[in-house]
Amino acid sequence: MSKYSVLKGPEAFLPPAAACEGVVLPDPGQGLIQGDIVQETLAMEEAARKFLSAKNPTLFPGPLVLWNWNETAARKAAAIKRLYDVLKSHNSNALHIPMPDYRPKYPKIDPAIEINPNHPNLTIWYNKIDVCMFVGVHCHMANLSLKIIRGGTDCYTIAMCAQAGHEDAMITFRDATPEKIDILTNTVERLKASGDY
Amino acid sequence: MSKEKIKINQEFYDIMPLEYRELVEEGTYGKENRGWKDVGESKELIEEHSLCAGCPESIAFRYVLACLPAPEDTIMVGSTGCTSLVFPHVAVHNIHSLFGNQNAVASGLKRALSFRFPDKIKDVVVLAGDGATVDIGLDMTLQSWFRQEKFTTICFDNELYANTGGQSSGLMQKGFVAKMAPAGKKFDKVPLPEIAKSSGCHYVVKMTVSKPNRVEKAIREAILVAREIGPTYIQLYTPCILEIGKQMMEGLQEMRDSEGPNKRFEFEEYVSDEARAYLDTVNPKKKKRKKAIVTK
Repeated sequence: MSKYSVLKGPEAFLPPAAACEGVVLPDPGQGLIQGDIVQETLAMEEAARKFLSAKNPTLFPGPLVLWNWNETAARKAAAIKRLYDVLKSHNSNALHIPMPDYRPKYPKIDPAIEINPNHPNLTIWYNKIDVCMFVGVHCHMANLSLKIIRGGTDCYTIAMCAQAGHEDAMITFRDATPEKIDILTNTVERLKASGDY
Repeated sequence: MSKEKIKINQEFYDIMPLEYRELVEEGTYGKENRGWKDVGESKELIEEHSLCAGCPESIAFRYVLACLPAPEDTIMVGSTGCTSLVFPHVAVHNIHSLFGNQNAVASGLKRALSFRFPDKIKDVVVLAGDGATVDIGLDMTLQSWFRQEKFTTICFDNELYANTGGQSSGLMQKGFVAKMAPAGKKFDKVPLPEIAKSSGCHYVVKMTVSKPNRVEKAIREAILVAREIGPTYIQLYTPCILEIGKQMMEGLQEMRDSEGPNKRFEFEEYVSDEARAYLDTVNPKKKKRKKAIVTK
């Protein structure tokens, strides 16, 4: 079987799940870049580069961080906001668009202000998003949504997962904590300060 | 879960769509005297339902949600049917069970919640159609009653399988001809309220939803009895206007026509002695509280 790379789409109307193509999830301390297991620091750098070179970098916070349901969620929200502020200071087109819940909302959804996992392509097309990061989205909905995005759009996807990661994203991190999100923010700031972007 | 957890992180408050902010600010979670009068005034826990225009089931659904004593600590268990088209829009925890399994799922859920949260009150409410409750799920319905599982079962009785085109159901009245039952129903409507009484339910009501005050009383009392005493059952007539050839404005009249004396949905209530004694201890407190609220 030839090696499968998780590349940005549009791949197909029904793209295969990366797991079915032999892509395996990273171990703690590791991440995935386009299906290859790498050290997490390397994935951080790549994600930061993608954010800094994007036209419309966007964060998609999901219910696990939008709602204040425990102390960690509140700390993650603050960390995500810091990342957003850094991206916004670099690129005024940066966005953060919420995914408040998973009810199918087509065709009522307003793609300018929210994203729905059942038709994420609408929000990505409407806002011309070329790089996005999922954070705080329940895994089963993130898997669904990331596949739809890869299938129908040319958006580069990053997943900051609190569990074991998402092989259907182009870059994935696992075991997300507020501190890990801050490391990504610091990486973006460091690369930005290098003057290459 | 506590209503304190229904809060938006302040970092994202400004980007959350309006409907979610309204739910937090104007929802009736934690409001002690919530009831049907909140419908149309406060933020409802169901809006923009996906049922047909004028569907009596949508009215019933709104009343039920408006009358839950503690929606923030309630989990509803639904089944396949028109109700399952609405549950995705409901701002209360809910589970969609396999068709007919709703009372089995609720039994396990209630036991698990009692084990996981021994010091908290967690209400489990089953809401299913007549096909799921009486035909395909009758085994699970009865077993939960026999075993005295402490949750409320609400049956939206539209007297046929509406969602699949009008097949005959056990709760259909004898002789009724439907699109997919052209020869007419061959046997009498299953007397589920009677069966509920003899199967161990402590509070049983059969009614239409034409009178919201009555619906509120029944829902509240059924859930309160289920918390403390044992299983309760409410059968609500929610006619399918499409399948019985009515217009969208005729649903309410259909219910009124069906609840008169000696009609099949004449109001019936059964309260066991144990449940009555318990309700007597609860209701004076409620009256006092309402009086205190009015005098403020």
